[in-house]
Amino acid sequence: MTIRIDKNLCDGCGKAKEPLCVRICPGNLLYKDIDKKAEIRDKGECWDCAGCVKECPKGAIEMYLQPEIDGRGATLRAKKKSEKVEFIIKSGKSAC
Amino acid sequence: MKSDIQIVELETDILVIGGGAAGCYAGIKIKEEDEDVNVLVVDKGQVERSGCLAAGINAINAYLNPGVTPQDFVDYVKKDSEDLVREDLIYTIAQGLNKATHDLDKWGLPFIKDKEGNYIPKGKRSVKIKGESIKPVMAKALYQSGARVLNRVNITNYLVIDGKVRGAFGFSVRENKFYLIKAKAVICATGGASGIYKPNNPGAARHKIWYSPFNTGAGYAMGIRAGAEMTTFEMRFIALRTKDTISPTGTLAVGFKAKQLNSLGEEYQKNYSKKSTPYRLLATLKENFEGRGPCYLDTTHLDDHKAEALKEAYLHMSPSILLRWANRGVEPNEEGVEICGTEPYIVGGHAQAGYWIDQNRRSTLEGLYAAGDVAGGAPKKYVTGSMVEGEIAGLDALEYIRSVEGVDVDKSIVKEEFNRVVGPLNREKGFTPRELEERLQKLMDEYAGGISSNYRVNETKLLEARRLLNSLKEDLVKARANSLHQLMNFHEVVDRVDVARVLVEHLLWRKETRWRVYQERTDYPKRDDQNWFKFVNSVYDSKEDQIKIIEREHKGIGDLDDH
Ligand SMILES: Cc1cc2nc3c(=O)[nH]c(=O)nc-3n(C[C@H](O)[C@H](O)[C@H](O)COP(=O)(O)OP(=O)(O)OC[C@H]3O[C@@H](n4cnc5c(N)ncnc54)[C@H](O)[C@@H]3O)c2cc1C
Repeated sequence: MTIRIDKNLCDGCGKAKEPLCVRICPGNLLYKDIDKKAEIRDKGECWDCAGCVKECPKGAIEMYLQPEIDGRGATLRAKKKSEKVEFIIKSGKSAC
Repeated sequence: MKSDIQIVELETDILVIGGGAAGCYAGIKIKEEDEDVNVLVVDKGQVERSGCLAAGINAINAYLNPGVTPQDFVDYVKKDSEDLVREDLIYTIAQGLNKATHDLDKWGLPFIKDKEGNYIPKGKRSVKIKGESIKPVMAKALYQSGARVLNRVNITNYLVIDGKVRGAFGFSVRENKFYLIKAKAVICATGGASGIYKPNNPGAARHKIWYSPFNTGAGYAMGIRAGAEMTTFEMRFIALRTKDTISPTGTLAVGFKAKQLNSLGEEYQKNYSKKSTPYRLLATLKENFEGRGPCYLDTTHLDDHKAEALKEAYLHMSPSILLRWANRGVEPNEEGVEICGTEPYIVGGHAQAGYWIDQNRRSTLEGLYAAGDVAGGAPKKYVTGSMVEGEIAGLDALEYIRSVEGVDVDKSIVKEEFNRVVGPLNREKGFTPRELEERLQKLMDEYAGGISSNYRVNETKLLEARRLLNSLKEDLVKARANSLHQLMNFHEVVDRVDVARVLVEHLLWRKETRWRVYQERTDYPKRDDQNWFKFVNSVYDSKEDQIKIIEREHKGIGDLDDH
């Protein structure tokens, strides 16, 4: 499993030095690209902890299973509501 | 590039390396005991989401529910681990488990409770939580304790002066900074090691593994290089997990009473003598060898309400399995979940590879402590056991530092480590960290008992592993890195090679099969208590480049003060 960043939704956390996802990724895999949006170095290094998915204030990051492990398009997103996290799963069919 | 890197010097009383379960709790407890002491916690990640707990957990796996005593806990771990464990370490862990759990509760981790406010047991020795936020909760408590925290610094070696550990070296993975950190005592809490063996999944899914791919055995490797005694590396940990998504199976088997079925629909575990953690894995492997696979954890008995609860439980720990159900277009109660063994890990919190320590969690090097997954001798410590070890180490270190003076550091040692660490940044040609990593994983898989060799080893294969590891080690100096991130990846391989070399020597030495699957010698297939009821330990001699084996007798629980 790995992540995909929706560049239309990501605003690089505005003026913040580090976008929140870049700040917390345990593998140091995210960075701010030349367009000032979050980007992942190498999708194959992602562990799928979902930290960034939960942290993103714009809901711009989704997780999916790689095709190598039978991924067929289903995605997982999350919304943080104060202390609680709400997860949203979309089945492969509607996502494709 | 190397010349752009600035050397930064820091000083503290107690340095904690790794801000995970053990490291955070060590920092917090030291500050609670003495707020004037300087504590610095350094992590290669960001403590809010670093280490094993990044995704969260759904149970406190080590907790003494009403009626369970510390001695019961010791007896259980002993039985599950073929009797050869450090009972003194396990007992002292058991004594602190509930206090650590109550601290997590106090800090705001959501526990599932009944109407009277009691925890809900998951099994005899575990309780249910909604633990997605465990790491942010711990990190907050750490920051509030007053400990200093340095994130995104990868520690590479200890600072050793006159045989005593007096700090550490490291580099920032985000800024051009190399650190020399001086301390009176050091607590190593860097977790275990993954990525030594070829993983279950290929290509872009290669990090879809059980243990954190970012815990790469640095703590073991630094100890090995400095000459600390290590114990029982041969008891690797191999987990029984869901296929492809490699999610934990305890949630299904214990939490939701799913039965293990083979392809004939038989509850096969009944045909095996034991039901312990490794035997559930062994049984599953055997069913597959003998043509009765694939094997499943049967979830079809769950009603819709329970199926939803199962999803919820996984969301808090391993959300990827929900995507698997979504991709297959099924609900969890419509079909069973296929299970498999993972690649082997070196992890003292589940099995018992790690530093050889005393009851105060002192290693054999003065000034150095070890706690959590990096410490040996006490399997099944999990989150709370790791926390307890952090506390024991922290409080002992607090006493120890009172008689320690500050140190002067010879510039030449700093220069030597600086050159070793940043060397690959200057090379334009050479192996990439990824190439070296794959070479390590392939040889360990084939010759040191990985998935493709059914986890089994024999002397001839291990000798070949030794030879290939030696030549790999020679080639490490020919590596290149073109960014600080790649430099970290390079050191992750260097550390894993050092761990793998020690592992192979331990596997070679123990001439019996004590821990089925974890340590399975086809040339010595039986457990042999007469000759091998003892610990295999080792010390690396860096001058001679030799790993020396030391055998240590098993002692019972010993004379613990209040046992
Ligand atoms: C997927 C998974 C699920 C689990 N589920 C449960 C559960 O439900 N219940 C339970 O009780 N236990 C569970 N465990 C076990 C538990 O998470 C571990 O036993 C515990 O976290 C170990 O604590 P630790 O401090 O030793 O390691 P960690 O918590 O992993 O901390 C190690 C820290 O060291 C840092 N580090 C590593 N190398 C370096 C370096 N070179 N320099 C600086 N910092 C470094 C890491 O970034 C990390 O923050 C689970 C483990 C895993 C992997």
